Amino acid sequence: MTQKDHAQERGSDTVWIEQVAWIDRVPRPVAMAFVFAVFVGIWHIVTQAGFVSPIILPTPGETFADLVLVGRNLISGEYMLAALWVTLREVAYGFAIAMMIGFSLGIIVGETAFGERAIMPYLVAIDTMPKVAFAPLFIAWLGFGIESKVALAAFIATFPIVVGTAAGLHSADANARMLFKTMGASRLQTLFKMKLPTGLPQIFTGLKIASVSVMAGAITGEFLGGGRGFGELIRVASTQLNTPRVFSLIIYLSLVGMALFGTVVWIQRRFVFWHKERVVGGDL
Amino acid sequence: MECQYPLMPGSATMPVATNTSHDVVYQLSGVSKTYARNAVHALEDINLTLGKGSFSSIIGSSGCGKSTLLKIMAGLIPPSRGRVVLQGRPVTGSRRDIGMMFQQATLFPWRTTIENIVLPIEIRDGKAAALAAHEPARALLELVGLKGFDKAYPSELSGGMAQRAAICRMLITEPAVLLLDEPFSALDELTRDFMNMELQRICTSRNATAFLVTHSIPEAVILSDVVYVMKPRPGRIAEEVVIDLPRPRTLDMITTPKFGALVEHIRGRLDKETFI
Repeated sequence: MTQKDHAQERGSDTVWIEQVAWIDRVPRPVAMAFVFAVFVGIWHIVTQAGFVSPIILPTPGETFADLVLVGRNLISGEYMLAALWVTLREVAYGFAIAMMIGFSLGIIVGETAFGERAIMPYLVAIDTMPKVAFAPLFIAWLGFGIESKVALAAFIATFPIVVGTAAGLHSADANARMLFKTMGASRLQTLFKMKLPTGLPQIFTGLKIASVSVMAGAITGEFLGGGRGFGELIRVASTQLNTPRVFSLIIYLSLVGMALFGTVVWIQRRFVFWHKERVVGGDL
Repeated sequence: MECQYPLMPGSATMPVATNTSHDVVYQLSGVSKTYARNAVHALEDINLTLGKGSFSSIIGSSGCGKSTLLKIMAGLIPPSRGRVVLQGRPVTGSRRDIGMMFQQATLFPWRTTIENIVLPIEIRDGKAAALAAHEPARALLELVGLKGFDKAYPSELSGGMAQRAAICRMLITEPAVLLLDEPFSALDELTRDFMNMELQRICTSRNATAFLVTHSIPEAVILSDVVYVMKPRPGRIAEEVVIDLPRPRTLDMITTPKFGALVEHIRGRLDKETFI
């Protein structure tokens, strides 16, 4: 039906239909399912056509079968669940330590001129280093157990929290500062009643980045320092050329990562209800 | 009793008696402010007196030292010379009896309107006192025409409503003087005219002493008993214009010849020396 037909139907020549291109009208679940189907389809064709060796790229079917296998192993509480538990603990401890150090340093750097002048330059210097390169040091200092992985995970995740907290504390505008001054607020009152709440959006941005990097830190630590975690399972599977296993382990790890990220987003929505975030990823 | 002005040696302008009362609330004598080791003269020899219940305005171009003057009056920065006395006590820091309002409402989005309004009480006296202040806060909301909005969040308020809430927050500590830093200049012109009339009503009903900083000559004239015209470099008061229009003022007065003459006069004083 054309626009003109619509208009005549309503008995007016100025009632017309606004056109929205069909690609902008596709509902999200349909769009996501479509992209997934295309991805698996291409994957299937590539592996079936024999362009690549099955050792390099398994078929979608093989990968799915292994996903089920690993899933069964996890549910029945066998060695993979133990490995996942090791990695989960590394991530949890690493994230907790990163938050403690990150918030403390972030408040010192963001709130005091001393911190900004004397501590921030060193933090920036360390932040520019490839932090994974510190892994051998942590292993030398803390051994092959869980401690060295926790240390690397925390080390990597601390910086985004420091930066987010410091930036958040700076985000209060001049009027708000002046208002608190006229109310005779102490430094602590200004910090807790104004600067920290104002900075929560940035602080949560830092936490989200940290929640992603803390996983990377733990797995890197396991790759380089052995142990009994999920990273070790991936390393072993890859040396055995068991590529479907590598894929399915990565998929389960990414579920853990998404759960952690999603938890941070959920907490942010509850605590920062006044701030409508429109950032990719905040909208999980 | 307190209607006697202290003698100020070297004061250029004698304080004017306002039409409401002769009680002095706020007095500045010989106030100067220099920055950068006396290289920049922001303010020079400012003398002004605010009588109880009077409305005074200060007008001048950007950079004439208005903001510096207001910050000194609010106790946010110290003067380099001179005396700043509010209710008989020198101002040496922020004070409960000073209420201030800015161009932006500066309400905090995580607090409801009423929690924003009692914030000054919470800061000075703690959470229990703030809770006890909810009742007077609701009365203030009614005064400014925001009855029933106490539990609304600032994001649910329009610009004019947010400034009304800011007025309540300023009034909650019952300050002796209201310092208004271009409070409605971020609003559209229709809302602004209306809010100015509301401000007059609120000030009259509480017999408040108000000091307004503005860029708008008509706004200064319609609201004030006295308009101080400031000149820059160094910031000083060029003239004290007494506005003897009858009260209450109405927006209709803007079209009267007398109003026009006052605006013309002030504009002339500003034109001659300010924009060079």
